[in-house]
Amino acid sequence: MPGTSSPRFLTQREHAITAAAADRLIPPIDGHPGGAALGVADYIDGLLGAFTFDPPRIWAGGPFSGRAGGDASFEQFFELSRLEELAWRTRIEGSLGMPEREFNGPVRGWQQWYREGLGALGDDFDAVDADEQDRRLDADPAFKKLFYEQACEGAYGAPEYGGNRDLAGWHAIQFPGDVQPRGYTDDEVSQP
Amino acid sequence: MSSPEVDAVIIGSGPAGSTAADVLTAAGWSVVVLEKGRNHLLSLDAPYVPLGHVSNDEIKFMRRHFLGPDPFLEPRTYRRHDTDGDRLFSGDVNNLPSTVGGGGFHADGKLPRFRAVDFKTHSELGPIDGADVADWPFEYDEMEPYYTEAENLVGVAGKAGANPFAEWRSGEYPMPPGADMYGAVLTTEAAERLGYHPYAAPTGVNSVPYDGRPACNNCGFCAFYGCPIEAKGDPVAPLRRALRTGRCDVRPESYVTEILLDATGKRARGVRYLDTNMTPQEVSADVVVLAGGAFESPRLLLRCGVGNSSGLVGRYLMFHFQTLVVASFPFRLHAHKGRAVTHLHDDHMIPDDDSRAFAREHDLPYFRAGIVEHGGAGFPILESVHLPPGEWHSKLMLESPMRDRLLAFTVQGEDVPQITNRIDLDPKIKDVYGEAAGRATYNLHPHELVASKYYAPKLEEVMRAAGAEWTIVAHSPPIEGEGAAGALGEASASKHIMGTLRMGTDPTTSVVDPMQRLWDVPNVVCTDSSVFPTSTGYGPTLTLVALAIRACRDLANLPPLRSDRSSTA
Ligand SMILES: Cc1cc2nc3c(=O)[nH]c(=O)nc-3n(C[C@H](O)[C@H](O)[C@H](O)COP(=O)(O)OP(=O)(O)OC[C@H]3O[C@@H](n4cnc5c(N)ncnc54)[C@H](O)[C@@H]3O)c2cc1C
Ligand code: SF4
Repeated sequence: MPGTSSPRFLTQREHAITAAAADRLIPPIDGHPGGAALGVADYIDGLLGAFTFDPPRIWAGGPFSGRAGGDASFEQFFELSRLEELAWRTRIEGSLGMPEREFNGPVRGWQQWYREGLGALGDDFDAVDADEQDRRLDADPAFKKLFYEQACEGAYGAPEYGGNRDLAGWHAIQFPGDVQPRGYTDDEVSQP
Repeated sequence: MSSPEVDAVIIGSGPAGSTAADVLTAAGWSVVVLEKGRNHLLSLDAPYVPLGHVSNDEIKFMRRHFLGPDPFLEPRTYRRHDTDGDRLFSGDVNNLPSTVGGGGFHADGKLPRFRAVDFKTHSELGPIDGADVADWPFEYDEMEPYYTEAENLVGVAGKAGANPFAEWRSGEYPMPPGADMYGAVLTTEAAERLGYHPYAAPTGVNSVPYDGRPACNNCGFCAFYGCPIEAKGDPVAPLRRALRTGRCDVRPESYVTEILLDATGKRARGVRYLDTNMTPQEVSADVVVLAGGAFESPRLLLRCGVGNSSGLVGRYLMFHFQTLVVASFPFRLHAHKGRAVTHLHDDHMIPDDDSRAFAREHDLPYFRAGIVEHGGAGFPILESVHLPPGEWHSKLMLESPMRDRLLAFTVQGEDVPQITNRIDLDPKIKDVYGEAAGRATYNLHPHELVASKYYAPKLEEVMRAAGAEWTIVAHSPPIEGEGAAGALGEASASKHIMGTLRMGTDPTTSVVDPMQRLWDVPNVVCTDSSVFPTSTGYGPTLTLVALAIRACRDLANLPPLRSDRSSTA
C-alpha cells in the first residue's frame, strides 16, 4: 500500500491536505522527515478505508515481518470476529443509526470526523503559510488531537499499515523496530 | 438428577483460571474453561503449538486492542467518590487483556513472593484509621511450598538470597536471572551507593530453555505484548499441560452471564454463557471456579446476585498506587532491548524510625510503599503522542529524552483496604452483551499519598546519582495539582487489581472462606486476586497462582503441600 496512487477513502484533495497537515504536526527538520514524507496520509487513508480490504486492515499478521529473519507475515492481516468487526466498523464508519452500534448511544465515526475536519481546514490549506495552517489546526482541538495521535501512529508504526515509509520514521529516531526472531544478545541488552 | 457434564467449569483463562485447570486436570478432573476473549495463545488441538498471532507491533497491541477487551464493546466506568455523580469517565478502566491467557499473556511477569509480615499486617504493624487493615487467614510458612510449586509450574528466573529482605525459601529458583538491562545496571549501582538493596527481579520469563520452551531472546516488546517465541511461562505452560491431559476443554469467545444455583440456592449447578454467535448455552458442573480477575469476578456475582449475604461483594477494591519517578539522561539507554524491568528493590516497604516519624507528622502510625521497578521506556508511538505537535515534536523525537534517554522507577505502592472503594454496576452504561458495565469507585487513602511524598524525593536522588539530567514525578491515579487527567489518565492505570471478594474467617466480614469458597455457595471457588485481604506492595500474580494451587488441591482432596524451613536455600 505505501505510496498508493489512488486513496481508499480520502479524495485526492483530502489526501493532499492530510499530508500538509501532517507536515505541520510532524515537521521535517534536518535528520527527521516530516509527516508527509513518512506516509502519514497513506496510513490515515488505510485506516479510514480499512474495510475496503479483505481481510480488513486492522491488525497485521504475525509472528514476523521478515525484517529480522523468519518468513514475512505482517502483510497477512487478521480476520475479525463478528464483534470485533462491529467495534471497528462503528469506530470508523460511525453508528449510522444502527441499533446494534448504539447500545450506549450514537457514535460519530472517524470517516465523518475526517471529512468534516479536513473540510474545515480548507481546500487551500496546503497553499497557505505555516502560521495560518497552525491557526486552522488549533481551531478544532478535538480533531487536532485525533489527527495528531494517528499521525504519530503513521510515522512510527510498522510500515505494513501504510506509513513509516521506507522505515524512515524508525531510522530517524534510531529505533530498530520489530526484531523477532533475531532478538538481541545479552551483551546488547546489558552493555552501553 | 442427571450427572453434571464436567467436574469443574472455570470462568476465565488468565493465571487464576489456567492454574486451576492445570491442578484439577492433573488430579484427574474434567474441566471446561470459558473465556470471553479470543484465542491467540496456542492451538487448542494437539500438539498445542503456538498460533503465531503475536508480533512486535506497537499499533496492534498498544493502539488497537488486539488482545481485548475493546473499550467500545466492553466499557467500564470510573469515579472517585459517590458524590461525583454516576461516573467521571467511561472506557478503559484498568483493563487487562481479555483473551485466552488473560493478563498473564502480556504481563512482563515480575513474580516476587510476599514476605511473612504481608500476611499479618494488622497484628504486626497495627490498624490505620479509615482503612480495614487485616491479617490473612494463614501465614507465610504455610504458603511457602505453594510458592515453590508456582515458581516451578510457571518457570520463574531469579536468584535465592539476592534480595536481603526476602523470606526464607525451600529451594533455588528453577532458572537463573536473565540479562540485566543497561539502564538498570546504572540505577542499581547508584541505589547501592545510597544504601538500598536492588536485586534481579524474579521473572516468569525463561532465561534458559525450560519446560520445552526456548529462552527469551530479549526482543523488548515485552510488557503489554505477548511473547512471539513463548519464552513467558504464564499462562502458556499451565494451559498446555491441562490440554495435554485430554480432560480440558477451552472455549474461547464464551461470555459467562450467570452462575446457576440449584433449588436450595446454596449450591451452584453450573453456568450460563453466550457463545461466539451470542447463543445462550449452559455447562453443568460439580464445582464452579471463578477466575475472571478482580474486576470482572465481583461484577459477575453482583449481576446474578450470588454470594453477597455480607454485602461486601465488590468492596475493598485495591490497586497499587503508582509513583513514577521519570529521569532523563544525557546519553542513550536503549531500553527497547530486553525485558521491560530487570531489577527491583524493596527497601521502601520496610518502615524504619525515619519513615515512622514522617508518618506520625502526618497522623499515620506507619506506612509502606511497594517494590520499586527499575525500568525504561521502549516504544516510539507512546513517546510521540505525549510530545507537543509542531517543531518540538521532531526535535524531541530525534533527541529522545522521553524514550531512548529515559529511565523510570515505578513504585507499586501498597494501597490500604477501604470499604468505600469498590466495584459495582453502572446504572446506565452497558456492554455489547447487554449487561451492566462494571464501575470502579476509588479514592486514595492518605497512607498512599504520604508514603509517596516520603519516598519520591529519595528515588529522584537515586536517579541523579545514576547520572540523570532531570527528573519528574507523576502518579497514577493523579494526585491533586496534576490536573484532572494526569500523565496516565484519570483512573488508576495500575494493572494490579485486588480485594473485591475479601477472604476471611467470619462470613459477616468476608465473602470467601480461607479456602476461597463463597461462604454462601461453597462449591463456587474464587482463585483470582479478588480474595486478597490486603494489597502489600508486591505484584499479585505469583501469590494468586500459589493460592489457586492451594485451593484447587484442597478441592481435589490432595494432601496439603509442606516444606521444611531447615532446607532453606
Ligand atoms: C502490562 C502488564 C504488566 C503486568 N506486570 C505484572 C507483574 O510484573 N507482576 C505481577 O504480579 N502482575 C503483573 N501484571 C498483572 C497480572 O497480569 C494480573 O495480576 C493477572 O493477569 C491476574 O490474573 P487473573 O487470572 O486473576 O485475571 P486476568 O489475567 O485478568 O484473567 C481473567 C480472564 O477472565 C476472563 N473473563 C472475565 N470475565 C469473564 C466472563 N464473564 N466470562 C468469560 N471470561 C471472563 C477475561 O477475559 C480474562 O481473560 C501485569 C499486567 C499487565 C497488563
Ligand atoms: S523480551 Fe523475551 S519474554 Fe519478552 S516478549 Fe521478547 S522474547 Fe518474549
